[in-house]
Amino acid sequence: MTSLLQVASVSKRFPGVLALENVSLTLARGEVLAVVGENGAGKSTLMKILAGVQTPDSGEILLDGQTVTIDSVRAAQRLGIALIHQELNLADNLTVAANIFLGREPRRGWFIQQRETETGSTAVLKQVGLDPAVAGPRTLVSTLSLGRQQLVEIAKALSAQARVLIMDEPTSSLSQPESDALFRVIKDLRARGVSIIYISHRLGEVKELADRVVVLRDGRNAGVLSREEITQDNLVRLMVGRNFSVSRSARQRAASVPLASALEVRALRTAANPQHALNFSVPPGEIVGVAGLVGAGRTEMLLALFGVEPAAGGEILLNGVAQKITRPRDAIAAGLALVPEDRKQQGVILEMAVCENLSLSSLRREARAGFRNPASERAIADEMVEKLGVKTPSPRQFVQFLSGGNQQKIVLGKWLALKPRVLLLDEPTRGIDVGAKQEIYKLIEQLAADGVAILFVSSEMEEILRLSDRALVMHEGRITGELPREELSEEAVMQLATGRQNG
Amino acid sequence: MKKLLGIFGLLVFVCVVTALKEPNFLNPYNLENTVRWTALFSLIAIGVSFVIITGGIDLSIGSTIGLVGSLLASLLTVKGWSIGAALTTVMLVSLGIGLAHGLLITKLRLQPFVVTLCGLLIYRGLARFLTDDQSQGFGNAFEGLRSLATGKITLPFGGYALPFPLFIMVVVGILAAVFLNRTIYGRYLLALGRNETAARYSGINTDAMKIIAYVICSGLAGVAGILFSLNLNSVQPSGLGEFYELYAIAGAVLGGCSLRGGEGSILGVIIGSAVMRVLYNSINILRIPTHWEFAIIGAVILSGVIVDELVKRVARGKTANTKLQTAAKQQTPNSGPS
Repeated sequence: MTSLLQVASVSKRFPGVLALENVSLTLARGEVLAVVGENGAGKSTLMKILAGVQTPDSGEILLDGQTVTIDSVRAAQRLGIALIHQELNLADNLTVAANIFLGREPRRGWFIQQRETETGSTAVLKQVGLDPAVAGPRTLVSTLSLGRQQLVEIAKALSAQARVLIMDEPTSSLSQPESDALFRVIKDLRARGVSIIYISHRLGEVKELADRVVVLRDGRNAGVLSREEITQDNLVRLMVGRNFSVSRSARQRAASVPLASALEVRALRTAANPQHALNFSVPPGEIVGVAGLVGAGRTEMLLALFGVEPAAGGEILLNGVAQKITRPRDAIAAGLALVPEDRKQQGVILEMAVCENLSLSSLRREARAGFRNPASERAIADEMVEKLGVKTPSPRQFVQFLSGGNQQKIVLGKWLALKPRVLLLDEPTRGIDVGAKQEIYKLIEQLAADGVAILFVSSEMEEILRLSDRALVMHEGRITGELPREELSEEAVMQLATGRQNG
Repeated sequence: MKKLLGIFGLLVFVCVVTALKEPNFLNPYNLENTVRWTALFSLIAIGVSFVIITGGIDLSIGSTIGLVGSLLASLLTVKGWSIGAALTTVMLVSLGIGLAHGLLITKLRLQPFVVTLCGLLIYRGLARFLTDDQSQGFGNAFEGLRSLATGKITLPFGGYALPFPLFIMVVVGILAAVFLNRTIYGRYLLALGRNETAARYSGINTDAMKIIAYVICSGLAGVAGILFSLNLNSVQPSGLGEFYELYAIAGAVLGGCSLRGGEGSILGVIIGSAVMRVLYNSINILRIPTHWEFAIIGAVILSGVIVDELVKRVARGKTANTKLQTAAKQQTPNSGPS
């Protein structure tokens, strides 16, 4: 096999992080190369560079031995490199043929040559094994299942003469039969000389498909495994393989062991993953981390607890009392609070003042006969700004002008005003700089010391190891294991997060 | 506050220009009439501003006015109902209309534009059907009731008078401003207009708040419908209130409501409605051919909105600059990216 694509010492820096550092890989003609790594290892950045979405700061990309510059998506397409996104990019109001030829319609003058798009589509649809009876050129994309849409996306790439297909987590939203169909197509394409870069968290798929595996860790090459070397242990060892110092402050745990759990979850079934029942409990003053790879169902669990996406079944108990939670108001009344994943969309109201945001959830409690109490609102805002160290020129400042860390403090402050018994946090420090991160960790630990039960979801291994008294690990919608502090290690978490049951 | 000054300045400007060119603008009868119509239009503009604050729209206001007006006249004169029963019925009808809009928009997730556009067609048709498309009137009866709309309090100088609807508008305006600015529900409306998801995640019952906004809007359209029909005395089921929703929306937007939601002041909306009515009046009084009416009003609103947007942009640029400067100052002691 000759080398088709070569990435040589590519580096990419974003403000504050070195996303890629001297990363290299080669891809042979007709090879399926899997790229694996933890969340944030640099896989997505590398793929975006290859697809022309981002440009590298240094390093070279060679195609057929020639140095190429990929400075736009169009340039990547011209070179025959196609990226198939995790979230599909089809216009689902158009037909299959219209999507396949979108932006490069065969035309005469101002008119699309309808017949040519259809014959061209039929040819590539056959290559990806789509039955013309269910997915012909004239079928509306919105009527197709996600699996078939994925195949249309691949057909689109093939029709554009792609020689390198990059697939980012292609099976993340597919059912098993759909995944199997996709694997058959991938193997078929490989046999016909198309090269494929396959990004996945699922080691089973990697084992089945990959000719070789490139492992990335912290933006660097961590190792390469040939086909016969691909085993779960090898993969996890390379993905983890580092001994970072766990800089955890020795937090004093409450001496008295509380009897009742602050939060107890019995056979909870989320609307997204109703086939799995979730069971766990969090006593007052404990910090429980929820680890897992992206898409493991962790956010869905928090949303069910908070009533945003009401649970499909099961029981939620607070201090031993079963609660009926069908909307956030119920959850708040029961003593829960949620710091959501998407700060700007779900956490704060950007075009409102700091003080208005801080008082939003306690407004009702402070009100008399429906009338706001401006004095108490101001007092709450001042108290929280002071307590959390929010850096703002004035409480009247719009939240949109604050840094990410300060915005997150506003979300926390909004809830602390209500003195919750259970605090749920989803990616509490995403997109926040190092200094503010430490401040937020200290706040969380302080709250736990005050007896608040804390359940937090994080995709950052360091965060899980740094904060958790105990960690739950999730994989594909179920809890695959529970690790007490003594057994908590990156390796143990990764084993469970990739689907190996413990015990 | 600056925004209010801008629109108030526009109002003064239009008044002064008109008065200079045609002194008759200031005669007691003309002023009283302009104030009366301003008050009536302010009522529906205040109503629609609640809906606009939630990020929605109500296109059915004019038809609701037509339905309420025709129904009221018909119940009183043809069916011989008592005043109390007739007023209660038409108010229940208008509140019910708002409730239906709110439920369709929140529970069925239909778009406000579509729901209220259908309302516009349906209520107009209903008004014409219920009255056989015959014009309705109160004749010389119901003097007491009609004085709600036509009555006035004469001032002790120059023959000037304050029309009754002005007092109704003042009461409604104060209630609306208190609701919006002093109660938690007003704050909830502003919050959900800016970011509905974050409002919901904060425990706000966003659906209920939106329904309340539509009920307020249609309810005030009902009140205005009663007053418009009493004031005109003769009600055309096919014509009463036509295009009024557009005047209401224009007044609200001129007065500072953003159609993106989350923004609005009641005083601004009232001044905005006044600008609309004064413009209309000056076109008549200056004997500008009336076929220019819509074009002139449209052009003035458009320029107002453009100026407002430009002013906002300049202000935003300034804030961004100050933010950069503060950030630069904070860099030194912390020595970390912030």
